[in-house]
Amino acid sequence: MEDNKGLILDVKNLAVRYETEDGIVKAVNGLNLQIERGKAIGLVGETGAGKTTTALALLRLVPDPPGIVECEKMELDGRDMLSMSVKELENVRGKDISMIFQDPMTALNPVFTVGDQIAESIYLHEEVSYTEAQKRAVEMLELVGIPGERAGEYPHQFSGGMKQRVVIAIALACHPKLLIADEPTTALDVTIQAQVLELMKELREKYKTSLIMITHDLGIVAEICDEVAVMYAGNVVEKGTLEDVFNRTKHPYTEGLFNSLPNINDRKAMLTPIKGLMPDPTKLPEGCPFHPRCPYAGEDCTQQQFTRSISETHYVRCCAYERPGFRINRKER
Amino acid sequence: MSTEMKYSYSLEELKAYKKRSIASEVWRNYKKSPSAMIGLITIGIIIVVAIIAQLVYNYEVDIVQQDIMNRLQGPSAEHLFGTDQYGRDVLIRILYGAKYSLAVGIISVAISCFFGSTLGLIAGYYGGVTENIILRVCEVFVGIPSVLLGIAIMSAFGQSLVVLMFAIGLVYVPMFARTARAAVLPVRCEEYIEAARVSGMNDFQIIFSHIMPNSMAPIIVQVTMGVANGILTASSLSFLGLGVPVPAPEWGAMLSSGREFIRDYGYLTFFPGLAIMITVLAFNLMGDGLRDALDPKLKQ
Repeated sequence: MEDNKGLILDVKNLAVRYETEDGIVKAVNGLNLQIERGKAIGLVGETGAGKTTTALALLRLVPDPPGIVECEKMELDGRDMLSMSVKELENVRGKDISMIFQDPMTALNPVFTVGDQIAESIYLHEEVSYTEAQKRAVEMLELVGIPGERAGEYPHQFSGGMKQRVVIAIALACHPKLLIADEPTTALDVTIQAQVLELMKELREKYKTSLIMITHDLGIVAEICDEVAVMYAGNVVEKGTLEDVFNRTKHPYTEGLFNSLPNINDRKAMLTPIKGLMPDPTKLPEGCPFHPRCPYAGEDCTQQQFTRSISETHYVRCCAYERPGFRINRKER
Repeated sequence: MSTEMKYSYSLEELKAYKKRSIASEVWRNYKKSPSAMIGLITIGIIIVVAIIAQLVYNYEVDIVQQDIMNRLQGPSAEHLFGTDQYGRDVLIRILYGAKYSLAVGIISVAISCFFGSTLGLIAGYYGGVTENIILRVCEVFVGIPSVLLGIAIMSAFGQSLVVLMFAIGLVYVPMFARTARAAVLPVRCEEYIEAARVSGMNDFQIIFSHIMPNSMAPIIVQVTMGVANGILTASSLSFLGLGVPVPAPEWGAMLSSGREFIRDYGYLTFFPGLAIMITVLAFNLMGDGLRDALDPKLKQ
């Protein structure tokens, strides 16, 4: 961690809260996130865990008001994002950091041809003529597997999977260093999902882009990510390599997530969901936000939270590990 | 899928693709409505007539020169619409006068569309205090009857064609501002606006290249309706003696001067009135047709 050269993104103590009339919504609470260059990290968690808010905060696009962002350190490729002017931020967005949206149906402007929309991003960030940008847009389109002659068509003439390809083409048009994919396959059916994931994997290797994959599908994470960060109530509760988190699970919440997956070998087995609901972000519980739902919760959990390193790559935010001999009993498959 | 894939088409071909665009789609829908086509054709004829009248008739000789010997003659083969109290041919004056109505209607609407839409876009996009200020000021202006406001401006800045255009333009600014703002609201929340922001566009670029094209439809309809309103307001002001100065053959002014003879020589008011009515009706028909063509949800 000392060597910051290898980090594409370094976020320390990021907190986002929305101050509304009904109270203060604490969406993200003291999140730390480091991503190494070229790596893909999966951000996993339930709805409302603060995944999308984190993504918007990284782009400095949390709507203000009502959103308030506090952060100790936010560096993108060694550059401080917090002190950037609006103009500088506009240059960074789309060029160095870019985002793929969840729903391709609404992420494209219906009145422009897809070619124009890809070209726009290139024209905006690179010093090329408009014709040149158009040409590169066509190349991008071919790259994501759409025949270039369709560049002159409008979004409604494309299917959902193709639209998502177009969105990916827009996001990658300027070869960003960091790509945030916010549930890029949620709106697509499974076969198209596989194609889109394959495409993202391919392009990521080609351009050496780092990736933050926001999803609640653990299968997707296993497929394309190198590391996993599990989020709960606005914080990372466990982070490690795929191997660490999937096979040497440490946090009770992560355990709960895995246990709630259906078991393909025993189709009659009942699902074992995590009991209870995500806490109301306007009034988070004291101490560990997961303790009301945690089967291992004890007195100590209402106190302070601890972050414990398990290994070089793996850490967990659970105070139960302060108890001697504590281990979770994840079901074996 | 290989990167070296050749694309065997030129940018010209791409542009040809674009031609099957929204405009052609709208035109296809527009053609279906007979009343809308009647409106469009009528407007076309009026414009052509206005231009030809400029070329054929001489303002000094045919339009304003008096011929007292032939005054107040009813419609006849020689003077189809008769002559007025100075012996001038009413038909020629009406044909020649089309340019005033068209110019005032179109230019004043261009003025109000430009300022109104810009204000509306800004109000709708930024919301909050900006929106409140713009809309409240607009509401104050809406509260004043349009003819009254026109009279006030005309009497403050003097009577001329240019002032008339600006006066009417200003009167209709709030209408455009409110239409534009209402059209922006649903577009503002769309994800592609967020996406544009993520790709590093600034507010100005987002407003004019993403929001505006998506909220154009109601504004286009408002423009055609606005032209009709503008022509009516211009005629009203001229009728009150505050529009285009005499002896220019503005339709409203012709109505006004014919008014004294309405009992015995009704045709002096009938024909200018008819001209106003047909023009306004044509623009309204076109506006209706455009609205239906632009909004597919309204189709049966």
